[in-house]
Formats: sequence, C-alpha cells, structure tokens
Amino acid sequence: MSYQLPKFRHPELPVNDLGYTRADYEGAISTLCAGCGHDSISGAIVRACHELSIEPHKIAKLSGIGCSSKAPTYFLGNSHGFNSVHGRMPSVVTGAALANRDLLYMGVSGDGDTASIGMGQFAHVARRNLNMVYIVMNNGCYGLTKGQDSATADRGSASKKGDPNIYSAIDLCGTALQMGATFVARSFSGDKEQLVPLIKAAISHRGFALIDVVSPCVTFNNNSKSTKSYDFVREHAEATGTIDFVPMHSEITTHYQPGHAHEVTMHDGSSIRLYKMDESLNPFDRRSAVNVLEEHRYSGNILTGLIYMNLDSRDLHEVLETSQRPLNALDESDLCPGNKMLVNINASLR
Amino acid sequence: MKPTDTKNPEYFHKVVDCQYACPAHTPVPEYIRLIAAERYTDAYMINWQSNVFPGILGRTCDRPCEPACRRVRVEEQPVAICRLKRVAADNKEDIRDRLPEIPKTKNGKRVALIGAGPASLTVARGLAPLGYSIDIFDNQFAGGGMMRSQIPSFRLPIEVLDEEVNYILDMGINAVFDIQVESLREILEEDYDAVFVGTGAPRGKGLNLPGLEDAMPNVYLGIDWLSSVAFEHTRSIGKRVLVLGGGNTAMDCCRTSRRMGGEDVRVVVRSPFEEMKASPWEKEDAANEGIPIYNNHVPKEFVVEDGKLKGMHFEKVEAHYDDEGKRTLVPTGEDLVFMEADDVLMAIGQENAFPWIERDLGIEFDKWEMPVVDPVTFQSTNEKVFFGGDSAFGPENIITAVAHGHQAAVSIDLFCRGEDVHNRPPPHVSQSSQKMGVHEWSYDNAVANDLRYVVPHAPLSKALKNRKIEVELGFDTETGYKEAERCLNCDVQTVFDELRCIECDACVDICPTDCITFTTNGTEEDLRQRLEAPAGNLAQDLYISADLPTMRVMVKDENVCLHCGLCAERCPTTAWDMQKFLYNVSKAGE
Repeated sequence: MSYQLPKFRHPELPVNDLGYTRADYEGAISTLCAGCGHDSISGAIVRACHELSIEPHKIAKLSGIGCSSKAPTYFLGNSHGFNSVHGRMPSVVTGAALANRDLLYMGVSGDGDTASIGMGQFAHVARRNLNMVYIVMNNGCYGLTKGQDSATADRGSASKKGDPNIYSAIDLCGTALQMGATFVARSFSGDKEQLVPLIKAAISHRGFALIDVVSPCVTFNNNSKSTKSYDFVREHAEATGTIDFVPMHSEITTHYQPGHAHEVTMHDGSSIRLYKMDESLNPFDRRSAVNVLEEHRYSGNILTGLIYMNLDSRDLHEVLETSQRPLNALDESDLCPGNKMLVNINASLR
Repeated sequence: MKPTDTKNPEYFHKVVDCQYACPAHTPVPEYIRLIAAERYTDAYMINWQSNVFPGILGRTCDRPCEPACRRVRVEEQPVAICRLKRVAADNKEDIRDRLPEIPKTKNGKRVALIGAGPASLTVARGLAPLGYSIDIFDNQFAGGGMMRSQIPSFRLPIEVLDEEVNYILDMGINAVFDIQVESLREILEEDYDAVFVGTGAPRGKGLNLPGLEDAMPNVYLGIDWLSSVAFEHTRSIGKRVLVLGGGNTAMDCCRTSRRMGGEDVRVVVRSPFEEMKASPWEKEDAANEGIPIYNNHVPKEFVVEDGKLKGMHFEKVEAHYDDEGKRTLVPTGEDLVFMEADDVLMAIGQENAFPWIERDLGIEFDKWEMPVVDPVTFQSTNEKVFFGGDSAFGPENIITAVAHGHQAAVSIDLFCRGEDVHNRPPPHVSQSSQKMGVHEWSYDNAVANDLRYVVPHAPLSKALKNRKIEVELGFDTETGYKEAERCLNCDVQTVFDELRCIECDACVDICPTDCITFTTNGTEEDLRQRLEAPAGNLAQDLYISADLPTMRVMVKDENVCLHCGLCAERCPTTAWDMQKFLYNVSKAGE
C-alpha cells in the first residue's frame, strides 16, 4: 500500500487567480477503501475551491465521525480543520461561525452522522440558516462498522451481506426543506460535472446550503440489491437540469442558449445558470421543490441537481445582527466603548 | 478516436521512452531494477544481449535514452542511465559461462567482416553462436575500431575495451589484424557467403584556409591525431593548442592535449555554445579541466612567421535565425581576433571513404559517394554485401553501430538460409501483472523525489598527469542504488480493462499527475483540449478505451504518467492493472 503521493505533479497544471494549482488544495493520501465515492467528493471539493480561487486559510472544514468525517484529511490540507464529536459538527460550526464570520465553513458529514445521531443538530442548524456548506456523503450504510443499514437506506434495499431494509428512509433533502434550509441540492459522487458547480453555488449561497451526495460504499453497499450502488444510481438518477456556476467578473465560456437558460445572480455577484430545467420544478419555490421531490420518491427515481434555493435568504448573522467583524478583530475600544455609551444604553432602558 | 490497440507491441514499447529512444532498444528499466536489487551480473547480461558493450557504452555512449527519460518531463534531470550501466559492468562477476555456446561443428557458411569496430563485432556476436565461420579484417593491431583509436583512455580504459572486444573475438572468430583491405573484389573472390562492411567514417575533414601549407607541420586532423596518441606514435603537443570544432571529437582532442603537454588549450567553434554538437557532459568535463570554449568564432587564416605557425585569425559572428529557424552566422564587423598557437587540431567532422570498393561490383553509390543501403535490412544492391555502423549512413555513434550490427546479422542469417531478408522476426514481448496483494506490487512503485546524483571524478591534479587515468570514477554501489531508485519503471504499464470499470473516478482523483480523464470520445485534437490537464506533448500518445456503460471513454495521456501504480491501487475492481512489459528486439537466429 502506498502511504504517500509522489511529489511530482503535471508541470502545466492550470493556476488560479491566486497562483495556486489544484495540488495546493489537496490533502493527505486517502486511506478510505479503493473506489470509495467519498474520495470523488473530496476531489470535487478540491476542484471547486481551486477554481473559485479561495485562499486555503480562509476555509474551515469540519466533520463528525464516520468514513465521511475522515474525508476532510484528504482535501484542503492547507485549511483549518476540526474533526468533532459524532453528530455534533453543526454545533461546532455554529460556535466557530459566530466567532469568525469571515471564514468559509465546509461541514462534511455522513448519513449516520447526520440522519441518526446528529439528526437533531442537523434540523436546528438548517432551521437557523447558518451560513455554511453542509455536504452529506451518503452511502446508506455504516461503512466504518461493517455496513449495517443506515437511516437513509431505502426500504427494500439490501447491502452486500444484509437482508432487505424494513424501515422507511429519511430523505435528507426533504427534511432540510421542511426545516427551512435555504439551499438544497442532491448529487452523485460519480458525476463531477454536476457536483462541482453545485459545490460552487453552495459556497456562494448566503445561508445554510445542503448537498446530499449519494456516494456508493464499494465495500459494503455496491451490490445489485442496493439502491446506492454505482449502477443503480446511474440508472435511476434524474437531474433537475444542468447547472453552471459563473464566478463574478468572469467571461461566459460555456455553451449558452438564450431562452433555454435561467440565470440567477447570487449575493456575491457571481451567478448560476440553469439549463434544461424539469418543467414541473421551480427551484425558487419551496412547495414546488417539495412536490417534485415527493414525485420522484414515488416513482423510485433519484432526483439530483439543484432542488431549491431561496434567493432572499438571510443567514443567522443577519438575523441576529451580529458584529460585522470577527470577534478576534475587535479591540478594547470596541469591547469597552466607555462611560458615555453606557449612559446612553442605561438611558434607553429607562 | 479508436480504442488503443495494446496488443500491438509498439504501443507499450513507445511508453518506455528510454528503451524506445535507444537505437538498440535496450530494456533499460529492467536492468535498472536489477541494479537496485544488487543483481549486477544479471543487469550486465541484459545489456550484453542488447548492446554488446555495456562496460564501454556505460562510459562512452551518446545516451539518446537520457533526454528521452520521462523524469525530464516532471523534473530537471534524467536518470543517469549510462552511469548505471557502468555500475552493472563494474560490479558484475565473471560472465564467461553465460556467453552463448559456440558450436564445434560449423554450419558451412563463411562470412567476412571488414573492419573490427562495434558494428562488425556485433555481427560476429550474432552469427558465431549460430555456427557461421567468420573472418574479420582490420587495419589496426587489435579489435575495437574507433573505440580503440579515437576514444581516449581517460574516458575508456583499455582493459574495459579489451575485455568486451575479446568476449566476441573469443567466439572462434578468425581475426586478421594489421591488414588494410585494398579491394572488395579480392574479398568477394574468396567466395564468402556474405560480406559485411563496417569500416566506419575514417576520414577527418580539414579546413583549407590561407596559410595552411606553411602551417602544415603543426596542423593535424583530430581523429588522426587521436589515434596517433592512442597508438603512442605521438607523445607530446605544444604548450598552446587550438582545437577547431564543437563535437565530441573536439572535446577528446582538447582534453587529450591537456595531458600531452598543452597548457593553454582552447576550443574555438563557429556556432553558439548551446548548439555545439558535443554532449553537454563532455563540454562540462572540458570546462572542469580549465579549457575555455570560444564560441561564435569562425577560423579565417593561419598566421605563419618565419616559416613557423604563430596562431590563427578568427572572425567574430552572431547567429541569426530566419522564420523557419534556419541559422546564418553573420559577422559582427569587429576586428579579427588573433589567438596564438603552437599546434592546431581540426575536429570539424569526418566522412566516409570507399576507395577500396570497386564500382563494378554491383554496389550502387549515390551522388555523395555513399553506398545505397536498405535502412531495414542493411543490404546493399549487391545482395551478398551488407553495410552497417558509420559506413552505412555516415557518422553516428557506437550504440547506433551496434543496432545496425544486430539487424545486419539477422539479414545475413536470413540471406544465408535462402530466406527473404525483408521477412523480419517480430520482437520478443512478454507482459505480466505485477500485483502481489491487494495493494502490493512486485516493483518498487514509490516514486523517489531525489535529484540526479553527481558522479565522482579523479582529482584534476592526478588526472591531467596521465592520459590513461580514468576521469569519471563511476557510482559506488550505494549511490548506484539511489540513482536506480529514481527510475520511474516506465515498462510497468498501466493496463485498463473497460469491462471491469465501474466509473467510480477513483483513478482520476488519485492520479498525482492528472493523466486520466473519463469523457465523451472525439478526435485526438479535440480530446487533447478536454483532458484533466493539458495534453500538449504530441509526441506522447493518448491511451483510449472502448466505450464504457455511460458512453464515455477512458483517456490517459501517457506524457507524465509516473507509473506509480496509484490508479491501480485505488481501483476497486482491478480495471487498472500494472503489468510489466518486456520488449526485446529479435536477434539473428531467433
């Protein structure tokens, strides 16, 4: 087994606006199983952050426990990281985000970490619309403990050595919509063309952005009776449409047919462009999103792509009217504004 | 693009850049691994089979393999392939029991070889084990040709030369030395079944400049002077020496001059320094010995006073290039430069000369007085006469002569057996998986980040005193191991099986050099634009799979693949495998 990557990289790797290559966003070599979908998601995160020219030290990656939550070691090796307690990643992100709103918070979790032990935390972080990207590496099983069915395993789906699952599945996208999430998407680890622009859009979105990524467990849940295998997902995935992410100030180079595309400007000046959208879905309307999600569940297909985005999202900082600056940037005069200010405050309370 | 036909041995052969670039196609990575495993004798024999003179070439080869080395495309310096070959030669055990057996009963066919240089010796090495009776003729007192007469001993010790020449002459060859063949007709009248001409390019070119006649006693042709030194007819040279020319012969001339009494030795060359024909390491070695190289100086005349050479005048020029990159040397208009000299060596090139071949023997000559030779079979227009080495197509190098010799031996064998010489035997090819366990390979797949190791030299004070003291000391075994570890094992091929692939992208994600892309098919030009990383090196192929279930194809740009095996390690279905691909050019009788 190789425990280290060769140092050499392609000599003509493209550099981003900061002068970094993709290699500067990589992490340690993965120790996950060969062919694990999680590694592809790591690759998509690397690509999205590189292409968006985000300074690595402006990113914090946080996770809980599980195969998924090991994954942050394998990307963004130059960023901040916090591998927290099982199911408690949202609390840690909340604390960190309140202290320093200037970082990009990339939460990485799994189906066990989110839909079982962390369900309460997940519900509340969505409800509070914390400004973060929440990626679920969803393989429908507990891979780290030998592949037992997880709460997102579909009823009737069976893992490699297991019986068909007797419980109904938690749909994380549906749950997030119910809880008030302002950006909801689903994707597939084997489809970077869709996943990378979704991650970019989620990063640009102000508020809670969930991407539920079906990520096959090659070791325990990639068999013919599983609904989270590479083959099943490829056969049953139905995209809501095609998404392109256009960063601020950049030229439009992708193929663009007027009239067939829907362009949306994000708050940071970048935009997303949606093509070939499913006509029954209005991704800016929550009721429409819930309906389409439910229809696909009924027909046994997996709806992927952008499902819902609230263009008027106000994140937790806006709602709480917190300090515009990170707490570590506040000095004594900010924190002890003096007697005159105290007098004013006291007067306002009389 | 059509799926790559990996069953065609030439595809994977081309991936092994060093082997592909070697005229004799020596399986370089295979012997480098054996050196790393301290199996020096085995490494030597792989070389011997392929290039006949590992000890000689390990010191003197022109190294076409090194600029081709894949490492040059990911870092600065290639693997020191040539010096590793020498490590095998220096550390081997007695190999005589591994040499081919020579049949006591001959096959009744007689072959004459004219010239005893590398080409002829290679033909002998190919034919003697098959039972041919071989007569070899040379005008020197021993075998080796230009390896003996022109390569100075400080680069190639005489013992190393003798050893490897004698392995061949000891194969029951009838060697006739100190004889100048004056007539090919006479040879042909001896009723040989085939004749091989390997007489090299023996004539040095000269410059007929004003004053030459008077300067003559102190002006020499480089290659003639070198052989005169080698055969100890010349034992000294003046204190101030000018060497004209920028090739390896010029380098040998100037360095030999330093050892024969030359104190102010200068190389003067017309072209810019970078465009000199000499190998970079030869230029470096000359510089280390305190020999300045004056570039952009065109020799104009010899200056003779009182009937004695005083020096030379040179015109300073600048290189100008037209749109097609063609060079012209334009005078700068400055005054002529005068350089003092006691002796001048002209090393500006050499050419072929066949005054001894009668023109009515059915051997066609072209307008440059070169024989018309088939580049594949090395047969001339007289079906009995074959050419090889420098005498076939003009001056090249030892390894090219060896490659010619192998092919000529194949042709002569086919011809003597009454078969069509165009019916070339296919290469010997084998391919085997290197998988030993889930994540274990039988080759050292970890990529060494080390930079090229420096080879030690004999101290200058000692080296310049005696022309027979070898300058390069070669790697010791420890450094040899470390240098061998730099080899990327390009012969361990990444082999893709589309039927097993589940398109999980694991190989794409892990590949450190972004070689692999899954995408929709297209033309080569189109695909090269759409890969994970730029694929602008058109000399390197794209490996294309058949259609996958998603109607995409796997495209691998061979350019900077490190052969680290991580794609195969991360593949859950063994769609990727690392397979060792051995390619051996077929020799005579195989």
